[in-house]
Amino acid sequence: MKPIIEFKNYTFKYRSQTEPTLRDINLMIYPGEKVLIVGPSGSGKSTLAHCINGLVPFSFSGESEGSLIVKDQEPNKLGVFGMSKIVGTVLQDTDGQFIGLTVAEDIAFALENDMVEQNEMFRRVNEVAQTVDVKKLLKHAPAELSGGQKQRVSMAGVLIDDVDILVFDEPLANLDPATGKKAIDLIDKIQKEDKKTILIIEHRLEDVLYRDVDRIIVIGEGRVVADLEPDELLAGNILKEQGIREPLYIAALKQAGCVIRPESRPQHVDTMDLKDYSEQVREWFEASTLPAPKKSQETALEIMDLDFAYISGNPILSSIRFKIKKREMLSIVGKNGAGKTTLSNLICGFINPDKGSILLHGRDISEKSIKERGEIIGLVMQNPNQMISKPMIYDEVALGLTVRGVPEEEIKKRVYDTLKICGLYPFRNWPISALSFGQKKRVTIASILVMNPEVIILDEPTAGQDYYHYTEIMEFLKDLNKTFGITIIMITHDMHLMLEYTDRAIVIADGELIANDTPAKILTNEAIAEKAYLKKTSLYDLALQCGIEDVSGFAERFIYCEREIKMKTQEEIEEIDGSSNERGDVNV
Amino acid sequence: MREGMSMSRLLTYAEKDTWIHRLCGVTKLIFFLAWSVIGMLTYDTRVLIVMLFTSLIIFKVSKTEWRQVGTIFKFILFFLCLNVITVFFFSPLEGTTIYGARTDIVHLFGNYWITKEQIFYEMNIVLKYFTVIPVVLMFIVTTNPSEFAASLNRIGISYKIGYAVAIALRYIPDVQSDFIKIKHAQEARGIEMSSKAKFHVRLRNMATIIFPLIFSSMERIDVVSNAMELRGFGKYKKRTWYSGKPLKRNDYFTIVFVLLFGSVAMIVTFYDGSRFYNPFR
Repeated sequence: MKPIIEFKNYTFKYRSQTEPTLRDINLMIYPGEKVLIVGPSGSGKSTLAHCINGLVPFSFSGESEGSLIVKDQEPNKLGVFGMSKIVGTVLQDTDGQFIGLTVAEDIAFALENDMVEQNEMFRRVNEVAQTVDVKKLLKHAPAELSGGQKQRVSMAGVLIDDVDILVFDEPLANLDPATGKKAIDLIDKIQKEDKKTILIIEHRLEDVLYRDVDRIIVIGEGRVVADLEPDELLAGNILKEQGIREPLYIAALKQAGCVIRPESRPQHVDTMDLKDYSEQVREWFEASTLPAPKKSQETALEIMDLDFAYISGNPILSSIRFKIKKREMLSIVGKNGAGKTTLSNLICGFINPDKGSILLHGRDISEKSIKERGEIIGLVMQNPNQMISKPMIYDEVALGLTVRGVPEEEIKKRVYDTLKICGLYPFRNWPISALSFGQKKRVTIASILVMNPEVIILDEPTAGQDYYHYTEIMEFLKDLNKTFGITIIMITHDMHLMLEYTDRAIVIADGELIANDTPAKILTNEAIAEKAYLKKTSLYDLALQCGIEDVSGFAERFIYCEREIKMKTQEEIEEIDGSSNERGDVNV
Repeated sequence: MREGMSMSRLLTYAEKDTWIHRLCGVTKLIFFLAWSVIGMLTYDTRVLIVMLFTSLIIFKVSKTEWRQVGTIFKFILFFLCLNVITVFFFSPLEGTTIYGARTDIVHLFGNYWITKEQIFYEMNIVLKYFTVIPVVLMFIVTTNPSEFAASLNRIGISYKIGYAVAIALRYIPDVQSDFIKIKHAQEARGIEMSSKAKFHVRLRNMATIIFPLIFSSMERIDVVSNAMELRGFGKYKKRTWYSGKPLKRNDYFTIVFVLLFGSVAMIVTFYDGSRFYNPFR
């Protein structure tokens, strides 16, 4: 069979860069295949996709060598418009790419630009809306849709052109776990029923593997590092070497000392042949230990019977009640729109509850203004660009102190100290525009930290970050928590983050608190997972299939072991770095 | 977010089923433009009164509710009062000049007299406002924005301009919710945005919201323009419109009506060679 996409010795360099982003790519993708492309941030995986849809070199200019043929055409001759008839691209930002004022108009957008006659448009929009199941929503505005629905509309918008190839750029980035599962299901259906060639770029490997993929291509530093069937890739060690997170059950099996063979079909935990491994897993489980749970300390924050509604009779949150201990790391999870952000807005005082109160160290803080609360409870927003308002790093971090009239000398000392903690001291005189996304995130954390808050709330601290950067940010937060005793609350969709880094999780579903327990217990409880649109961890299935009854204990022990190993490697890295305390040398 | 949503509901299109809503955007645009031109040209009180009643009837038929337009109506009313007062102070005897008669009612001070002619003249100005305002408001709340973009295109304006209008409307709620989020985060950092701070401090503090808002909006623009290009926007000189409506019988009827009405109004107005109706002679 003739490949539909063929890269031959393809090299590409952006005009603004000195080094090529893609080097000597040789790759063949055949019609009807479903291929997953993984790789750390900056590895060139998005550039690869942009070469296929023509954004490279037309919107992002640069020079290429070698050849690229997509369905007998050369993208750099055909242009973005020409390629849009062959390749449909679904971008990561579900909100930003919604162009129309209503669902129907957004789906029809490509047809309008092609001057298709109106009745024909109505017919085709209906047809495609049926495929992605948004027919009932045709007249809705984007503000009335959930993230998952918006994404389905985006899919419809590219399917309507009857393209041969669909490219998905991080389709899971903005979705809660259960909605992400549905998206993967839909992609699978489109591939099978409409015979499309599918390319998925995503670093959440385990979530994509919820449905079969034909091949996984690993990109590292601009090169194809591996091009293997999933079973073979998962059996090897390439993922780990490239800094890509392995599925948890695979990591657990390897932790237990198993050598995974491709013949055991490790692609899905529920169909994997575990009989050769289960004995070993059980042995590991029995031998491993857990440290005694942290003793309960004093309460930092107490939420008492909080009710909130924008319109009376239509509660967003009702009777929310929980305590956060001092020095705790807590996650707040639940599906999109469950009320998580509302809860953090209430804690920060942006909105006021209809009933109930919030106590900090036993004192009611409802009388305090937003500004006063900001001195004890800091909020770090998901997108650092929504917080940064000064051009220079120093000024940005100093802002909170300057407006409070703190003396110049003290500001300087506190800002420098904070920058040192955050590893940003070497950049103190830099403009913020020169920083990477991860570094900007650190600047926003520093600008909160400088005020010595007791509690920091972070909204999706690791969204859109690869495993390496994820680990770096999370280790940093853990360090703040341990060293300075700051209580940390994280609002997240990331089940890994919750399991790995938080001591406890609060689960909110439809405005009610449905669970308040250790992450391992929550993620091994099917009823809660279903109600809150979470995804139970694959460790659950692994434990059950290996005949271990204490599934949450198994998950806890595995996470504990992983943490220990991570800490050891982190310490080793720091020793190699010359025992200096300046983590700023590590390029975030 | 909800806050943003309720804000954006003011003065925006609301879907209802009246024959005005069913009219094509082009028709409403032509009607609205013609109506405004007539209203601007004529000072004939008889014409203005007929127009006022027609406007009110149209407004009623369109089932527009007060809460949709109340705020903006008060805003316009404020400017109307300002206008009436300035006209009087700059030219207290304008009415006398126009109507060629002077009937004093009361002497205020200096050169300022209140005359019957001035009152009549300014009443005409108020009438002019009131003949146009209901039609403007009605046009905005009964015309689907994307259909409006299609209409602009149909009367010969480049579709890129029409689409720019539509896309601005699409992203206004998003930018509003960004604004609220950023404002909250900055307030928590200690930047005073309430009336507690002095005016010039507040102005400077506003900058700490505006910058992040601009940056996050620029990110948005980047995504949107890529998304639009990937789906072929700007490929041809023309494009079709999903929400465009063909002209129907009622549309032709409305256009013919407004043109006929305009002609009659102009004849009546200029019959005596002046655009003012003069009851004083």
